[in-house]
Amino acid sequence: MITTTGLTKVYQSRDREVTAIDGVDLHVREGEVYGVIGQSGAGKSSLIRCVNLLERPTSGTVTVAGQDLTALAGRGRRASAELRAARTRIGMVFQHFNLLDSRTVLDNVELPLEILGVSGQERTRKAKELLDLVGLADKGKSYPKQLSGGQKQRVGIARALAGDPKVLLSDEATSALDPETTRSILQLLRDLNQQLGLTILLITHEMDVVKTICDSAALMQRGRIVESGTVGGLLATPGSELASELFPVGGTASGPDRTVVDVTFHGEAATQPVISQLSRTYNIDISILGAAMDTVGGKQIGRMRIELPGRFEENVVPIGFLREQGLQAEVVEDENGPRARAAATVPEQAPAAITKEAVK
Amino acid sequence: MTWSEMQPLLTQGTFDTLYMVLWSALVTVLGGLPLGVLLVLTDKGGLLQNTAVNKVTGVIVNIGRSLPFIILLIALIPFTTWVVGTFIGPTAMIVPLAVGAIPFFARLVETAIREVDHGLVEAVQSMGGSIPTIVRKVLLPQALPSLVSGVTTTLIVLIGYSAMAGAVGGEGLGSKAVTYGFQRFDNQFMLITVALLIVLVSVIQLIGDIIVRLLARRGRTA
Repeated sequence: MITTTGLTKVYQSRDREVTAIDGVDLHVREGEVYGVIGQSGAGKSSLIRCVNLLERPTSGTVTVAGQDLTALAGRGRRASAELRAARTRIGMVFQHFNLLDSRTVLDNVELPLEILGVSGQERTRKAKELLDLVGLADKGKSYPKQLSGGQKQRVGIARALAGDPKVLLSDEATSALDPETTRSILQLLRDLNQQLGLTILLITHEMDVVKTICDSAALMQRGRIVESGTVGGLLATPGSELASELFPVGGTASGPDRTVVDVTFHGEAATQPVISQLSRTYNIDISILGAAMDTVGGKQIGRMRIELPGRFEENVVPIGFLREQGLQAEVVEDENGPRARAAATVPEQAPAAITKEAVK
Repeated sequence: MTWSEMQPLLTQGTFDTLYMVLWSALVTVLGGLPLGVLLVLTDKGGLLQNTAVNKVTGVIVNIGRSLPFIILLIALIPFTTWVVGTFIGPTAMIVPLAVGAIPFFARLVETAIREVDHGLVEAVQSMGGSIPTIVRKVLLPQALPSLVSGVTTTLIVLIGYSAMAGAVGGEGLGSKAVTYGFQRFDNQFMLITVALLIVLVSVIQLIGDIIVRLLARRGRTA
C-alpha cells in the first residue's frame, strides 16, 4: 500500500549537509498497522512527511496505493494539482492535533471536504457522521480550546478520515497524551483499521504503541531502518533489538554452574504449558528470572528468562526439548561473556532511553 | 468665537476627518493585506519562496515607511492630481494617506501572519489544500484578531496623518485647528479640537479592542 525505495532526505544548512533519511526502503501492506519506532532525531518524522511529500525527498520514490507520488510532485516547491488530489486520499494526524481554533469542531472536520468541493449540506452530514464515528457526536458546536487532548486528537482523526482515505499517516499522534488517553486513541485507531480496512503508518518513540496496535514494525536509527518485519517475525529473530525492547527481560544467573536461557513464545506454543512439561520430563528445577508477556494482535506473545541448574553442556537436551516445542531458546552466556552483556544490560537500559522523549 | 460660530466648523471638521480616515483605511487594507501576505509567502522557507520578489517588496515597504509623511504628501502631489484631478480637499488627501499607511499596515499584516502556527499550514497541505486555500482558510482566519488590532492601530495613525494633511490643503479637524486655533490664537477652539481628536482616537481604540476580545474569546469558555 505504501512503498518507499531508496528514500533519502538531505537537509542543507549553512555549511554542512545533514542526512535525515538515508536510503529507506519501507513496505507497508494493505490493511496493516505499521509502526516506525526510533528516538528523536532518528529521522522518523522526516520519513512520514516524505510519504505525502510535505517534505520533498532528495532522492528515491514513494508509492501510495499504486500511485508514484514522487513522479506527480513536479519540480517546483509548489504542490502540483495531481499531488494535491493524491493527498486528499491520504489522511494525516499530528502530535499537536493542528486544529484551527478559529473554527468549531464540526467546521474543522468540514475543512477537507471544503477543499474537495463537497456541497454545504453534504459536508455537514458527512462531518457529523465522522464525529459520531470517533465518539464526539455531541461536540460539533464546541471550539477546539474547549476540548481535552484526547478529544482534540479524535477530532483530528475524524478530519483525517473526511476524504475517505485508504491510508492514514500518524505522526506521533499519542505522544502529547497521557497513558490512559493514549490507550483509548490507539483503540480507536485499531477499530478504524479493522472496520474500514484502513492502512495505518505511524511513527512513535513509545514501544507501548507498537506493542498495542502494530502488526509490523521497523526500528529507525540515524536515518536508516535497522530492523523491520511483522511483530511475530521480529520476536522469532535471534538477537533482534526490537524484540528485546518490546519484551525486555532481565536477571542474571544466581551462581556458577547455572544456565540462563531466554525463551520466546509466539503462536501455538504460547498456549502450551511448556515450562512445567520441561520440569516434569527432565525432573529439573526451573527458576524464572524475568518475563514479559502480552497479547499482540490477539495472540499471546512474550519472552521469558529462565535458569536451569548445571552448566550448558548438561542442559543441551532440555534446551533441545524447548526448541522442539516450537519455541525460540537462546542461551545467555555467563556474566562476563559478550552475549550476556548484550542480552542482559540492553533490555534494562534501552526502554529508559526510548522513553526519554516522553518525559521531556 | 462663540459656540454657535464654532459648532458648524467642528462638525464639518469631524466629518471631513472621518471621511478621509475611513476611505484611506479601506484603501490601505485592500493594498496592505495582499502586500503583507506576499511578504510572508515569498520569504525564505515560505510557501512561494522567491528571494527577488521578497527583497524588492521589502525595500519598497521600507522606503514607504521611512519617508516622513509631510514629505510624502508633497512628493505625491503630481500623482494625487493625476488620480483625483486635484491635490486639495479631503478626497485628494485619501491618496497620500493611503500611500503612507499601506507599508505600515503591510508590516503589521506580515507580523500577524507569521504568528500562525506552521502546523496548521502543514495540516491543510496534507488535506490537499492549495496555497490560495491555505491563505483564505488558515492564515487570514487564524490571524484575524491580530489583523483587527492592526487595523485599529492603522486608523489611529491615519488620524494623526490626516491632521498633518490639514496643513497642506486637506480639510478636517487638523486643518480647522491650524486655521482657527493656531493662526488666530484662539486657544479655546484649539483645545476643543484637540479634545475631539482624543475622543475620536479613544473611541476607535475601544471599538477595536472590543472586536479583538470577542474574536479571541472564541471557544475559550463554554
